[in-house]
Amino acid sequence: MRLPDGPSVALPEELSYLREGDVVRVVPYAGEFNVLYRRASPHNSMLLTERCNSFCVMCSQPPKEANDGFLADVWLQAIPLMAPETRELGLSGGEPALLGDRFIELLRACKSHLPSTALHVLSNGRLFNYLSLAKQVANVACADLMIGIPLYSDLPAGHDFVVQARGAFEQTLRGIMNLKRCGVKVELRVVLHKETIDRLPRLARFISRNLAFVDHVALMGLELMGFARGNLEALWVDPADYQAQLRAAVEELVRGRLQVSIYNHPLCVLDRSLWAYARKSISDWKNEYLPSCVACTEREQCGGLFASATLRRSAHIAPIFRGASG
Amino acid sequence: MSGLKAAFRPRSHFNARSGNRYSLLPLRFLALDDSRYIVTNLVGEHLVLPRETVHALVRHELPMNSAAYAELKASHFVVDADSAVALDLLALKYRTKQAFLSQFTSLFMFVTTLRCEHSCRYCQVSRQSESKHEFDMTVETAKAAVDFMFKSPSPSLKVEFQGGESLLNFEIVKHIVARVEERNLQERRAVEFVIATNLAPLSEEHLRFCADHHILISTSLDGPESLHNFNRPKKGKDSYALAVDGIRRARAALGKDRVSALMTTTEASFERPKEIVDEYVAQGFDSIFLRSISPYGFAVKTGQASRYQMAAWLDFYKTALSHIIDLNLRGVPFREEFASLILRKILTPWPTGYVDLQSPAGIGISALVFNYDGAIYASDESRMLAEMGDQTFRLGTLGIDEFETVMTSDRLLQPLLDSMSEGVPMCSDCALQPYCGADPVHHHATQGNSVGFKPTSSYCQKTMGVVRHLIGLLEDDPAAAHVLRGWV
Ligand code: SF4
Ligand code: SF4
Repeated sequence: MRLPDGPSVALPEELSYLREGDVVRVVPYAGEFNVLYRRASPHNSMLLTERCNSFCVMCSQPPKEANDGFLADVWLQAIPLMAPETRELGLSGGEPALLGDRFIELLRACKSHLPSTALHVLSNGRLFNYLSLAKQVANVACADLMIGIPLYSDLPAGHDFVVQARGAFEQTLRGIMNLKRCGVKVELRVVLHKETIDRLPRLARFISRNLAFVDHVALMGLELMGFARGNLEALWVDPADYQAQLRAAVEELVRGRLQVSIYNHPLCVLDRSLWAYARKSISDWKNEYLPSCVACTEREQCGGLFASATLRRSAHIAPIFRGASG
Repeated sequence: MSGLKAAFRPRSHFNARSGNRYSLLPLRFLALDDSRYIVTNLVGEHLVLPRETVHALVRHELPMNSAAYAELKASHFVVDADSAVALDLLALKYRTKQAFLSQFTSLFMFVTTLRCEHSCRYCQVSRQSESKHEFDMTVETAKAAVDFMFKSPSPSLKVEFQGGESLLNFEIVKHIVARVEERNLQERRAVEFVIATNLAPLSEEHLRFCADHHILISTSLDGPESLHNFNRPKKGKDSYALAVDGIRRARAALGKDRVSALMTTTEASFERPKEIVDEYVAQGFDSIFLRSISPYGFAVKTGQASRYQMAAWLDFYKTALSHIIDLNLRGVPFREEFASLILRKILTPWPTGYVDLQSPAGIGISALVFNYDGAIYASDESRMLAEMGDQTFRLGTLGIDEFETVMTSDRLLQPLLDSMSEGVPMCSDCALQPYCGADPVHHHATQGNSVGFKPTSSYCQKTMGVVRHLIGLLEDDPAAAHVLRGWV
């Protein structure tokens, strides 16, 4: 590969997938080489910071107290190199909103260089408790922006426990209300595990009663990365064992006229009545299938498993044969 | 046994509260039966709780670590030091629930003629024989009515043609539709037309017109042939045959979902709840609106008679509803509309737009009636009352009174104020107030004043009866509850 100002870099074999239009970062003196963006991938995401004001028990990207302000600079340089045809781009962390003005600057950069790209921000929502920040986001006026915010319980203590921060429930709810008040689209995200599953139907009722104005609700399977690995025993539930709660929650949300999706669940562990809500959500570089999946007639529709599922996976994964009633 | 790694705090850490007291948010309760209360909050969320729990709750003695406390807190009946966001959420929900008020008047009934070839038992509008053209709406009146309607700020306008038999003055229907469509080229409102007709005079020309202008048809079907013809006498005794044939033809011309039917209950109907439902199923409808007996006419004179009739209607209603639930459980999807409306109020945060159960009442601010003779009435019942000689709810006259004067006149504002059940004796303490409403015309007609005295009001009796019954089913009959939840 040739760098713009001359020298060429020899890439190792495992990077042979890189194509024209991809964006990489090379730091010669430190010997660093990162792939920032792949033009052909529908799952590009920018990690804006590793710092976070929450400490979720199942965080897949555990926060670090690092001085990583340089990340924003890297992305500000990278954004103009990305293809304007990029369909979707994620902005994640850590907590992106901790960047404050720099976060707004990044949104502005996206708006000017990627005007038709759908932007999806992952945030815990707590800082939008400040109406001024929500207003700033709204004022950037991105054409297609959605902020995905997790909510884990209908009760303050339940949510605060999962995110390990007292007062988070209140801040997150006010954040959601502020964003919606300013006209910013909000998606609620609920990760399903042992500490969230029991009250899931009650949480669904809370959402359809109180937050019926949000744009999307994503019910997500647990990815066994980061803290979820360390806390595996405390958090793991076989999805096959929570189908009743999941079904009740989906019914409640649908009745509340909310848009609902189920992410990260192989079809074979989902109740058939829920298939209509299942989305192929696992990023291309993370998903896998089992050898037995070859025989499955639903493979095309199925998102498969996280690569991390080698650690623990549902005991009920088994190929489906279409036509067989179930 | 949290099992979390040491870096994480256990759930108990977050459950430990900064205070040990709670405050009650506005709530009301009503006995469901001997051992349980229905408890509701300002925005219509409800819980059914044992009597002792409610007693402990209001004495501030309910343990804050109990399951009941968690439910009450999550539904915003209580608030404690943990979080105050409940207040903002309540405010938001209240606003959502009252959102219908921001629309202003959107339903306009045009009485095209009083003429009719039926002489229905429950008809209050002293119908006129078919030849008396002096009971037709004139072009001038129609023009003034359309102008008046467009004064409403509502983004959606529904024009409903009523009678008599509306189709007997088809010329004025055509005229009004043309006028509204032309005017709407500039106004750009969401306009919808409905013709209420008994279908007897329905011709191919009518159907073609309806198809060309996307007009909905609403007709009357009271039940099986003998009941329908008994309720709706007509020369030739063929009301049922004409209605059923008309429904078939209208569906063929306009599409199945463009034709709806309404039933009216009479004392003769009380005996035949299941047959009435079965008739609707047989005619291919997927729902029925079981309407209560109208208090006008005989019952107006004695409040007691009207309560007696309402009790009989409630029995009728419950039998019909349980039959409908059975049908659903046997795989026939079919809805009862009154229950659907109330369930939507109980189970969702949304307003229903159903004018007969809202506070303030729907008179004038949700619906208006333009009579054939140019009189403007606050509701269809107001017109019936006027036909019986009581002009209380006549708000003005087309061509003479301006929209602004009519809508701000004491004739309308006073009964509207009286209809705000949030502040009316008995209603203000009633747990069912979020699901109920007010009907000043009904109370004026049956009790002599528009506030009404709720302990003897058949309107109150009806809400109490139906809501209690539905909440009881939601609570105690899982199979029925599943069906009912599917209707919202
Ligand atoms: S067997 Fe494999 S492909 Fe089929 S539904 Fe299950 S996980 Fe998906
Ligand atoms: S009319 Fe009766 S049921 Fe309705 S709110 Fe008033 S007291 Fe309650």
